[in-house]
Amino acid sequence: MERVAIIGVGQSEFGELWDSGFREIVLKAGIDAIEDAGLEGKEIEAIYIGNMSGGRYLAQEHIAALIADYSGLAELGVPATRVEAADASGGLALRQAYLSVASGVHDIVIAAGAEKVTDVGSEMTTDIMASSADREWEGFVGATIPALYALMARKHFEMYGTTPEDLARVSVKNHKNGALNPKAQFKREITVEDVLNSPKVAEPLRLLDCAPLSDGAAAVILANEKIAREYTDNLVFIKSCTQASDYLALHSRRDITTMEAVRKAASLAYKMAEVSSQNIDVVEIHDSFTIAEIMAYEDLGFVEKGKGAELIREGITELDGSLPVNPSGGLKACGHAIGATGIRQAVEITSQLRGEAGKRQVDCETGLSLNIGGTGATAVVTIYGVV
Amino acid sequence: MLPRFWRKIKYRYDIVGSVCETCNTKYYPPRNFCPICRRRSSIKEEMFEGKGKVLSYTVVHDTPEEYKLEKPYIIALIELDNGPVITSQVVCSENEIRTGMRVKKAFRKYFEDGEDGIIYYGTKFVPDED
Ligand SMILES: [Zn+2]
Repeated sequence: MERVAIIGVGQSEFGELWDSGFREIVLKAGIDAIEDAGLEGKEIEAIYIGNMSGGRYLAQEHIAALIADYSGLAELGVPATRVEAADASGGLALRQAYLSVASGVHDIVIAAGAEKVTDVGSEMTTDIMASSADREWEGFVGATIPALYALMARKHFEMYGTTPEDLARVSVKNHKNGALNPKAQFKREITVEDVLNSPKVAEPLRLLDCAPLSDGAAAVILANEKIAREYTDNLVFIKSCTQASDYLALHSRRDITTMEAVRKAASLAYKMAEVSSQNIDVVEIHDSFTIAEIMAYEDLGFVEKGKGAELIREGITELDGSLPVNPSGGLKACGHAIGATGIRQAVEITSQLRGEAGKRQVDCETGLSLNIGGTGATAVVTIYGVV
Repeated sequence: MLPRFWRKIKYRYDIVGSVCETCNTKYYPPRNFCPICRRRSSIKEEMFEGKGKVLSYTVVHDTPEEYKLEKPYIIALIELDNGPVITSQVVCSENEIRTGMRVKKAFRKYFEDGEDGIIYYGTKFVPDED
């Protein structure tokens, strides 16, 4: 396998981007990434794009062709592929792009993720997100995505003593980090009391336990190591990028306090990258709901099962802790532009490893990102390093 | 939604799932294929009794459009006696619901499709404690 480096990153703002259409948002992220890499554009051999539901958010399918067209790469006939795994679509695009370079098939490719959600109303948005779980056997009875995460949270509380305050601390931390990120949707700090007093969504989850659904796009340029060295000395390598599946519905899983797909993808990722969970310096976790971040601490092997809350209680995952998690603000504060999230996480870890993360910079050489689809039926784990 | 719903009515009105006779694992909703035995699967239909206990639950306040009139409602994972785990609504007060609670199936209305006026029915659960 060829070694794969990230040589360019780009990201639009995340949030309610009323003035921008899908094409503008994607183009902004793509052009930023191409400029950051110092490419002209025509060097790109393939496009991979993560997008969950262009069909329902925009009534537009064939998203990859649209992007090839508006980026000028259709003129050159560059192949463009859209991949989908609900809100892990971006992670999948990153992995497809990585595999295409690692295999030696391509030398330089772009992986992007994008979603435009605010052109439809919030009820439609809830319904579209529900399609990331089992529509016929969960959605039909009224089990929304927050409700399904609430079932996991309740079980975690009862089995391991995790509390609503622990969940609130995750949100507080991520907002604190988001306040330092110019691209974040929410740049304001909140308190534990704010979270505990916010409206109930699906008990025990409240509004401020839930990430927003946002407009946004992100892009990264991947290159074969030999080519990469012609463009930059500040290389960030993808050391491994793995993906695993689990049962789509919660009721089919043996233990709803564990995401098996995360455990399986992580264990393979550590093995392929030849690092252990203890070697990781900085992490981006898919905190679509606060409980997901606590479960991920455990399933990624940072702490044993049931002890996830200790990391947030003891400040270990704060920006100045020994294992900073979600320096970007995470999905909660940076925003969750569904299909863009997996790529947005790669942009953050790359900026951190390059030492270009500004006020939220942490000391790091090895990073990890975790992108989750729906309630955990898809997980993508990527490990990054400067060597 | 409608054709998809009618195809599955038999499995929704009663709790009809599957059992794999090779490994004796029970499934709900029904499967045509056992994920454990795969090619050695031997799947048969089985009706579950409809009694069990609450594994986890949530009171849902932020509801989909079709459930607006029901809010808040309770969603639970219910472990059926000698059977699989099912996702369903539990009809009881917010103060009454707790994990470990015994429940039994009941035939109830789920929602009404505003546009067509079609009413969707299915299995819900109610408390079963003496
Ligand atoms: Zn079997």
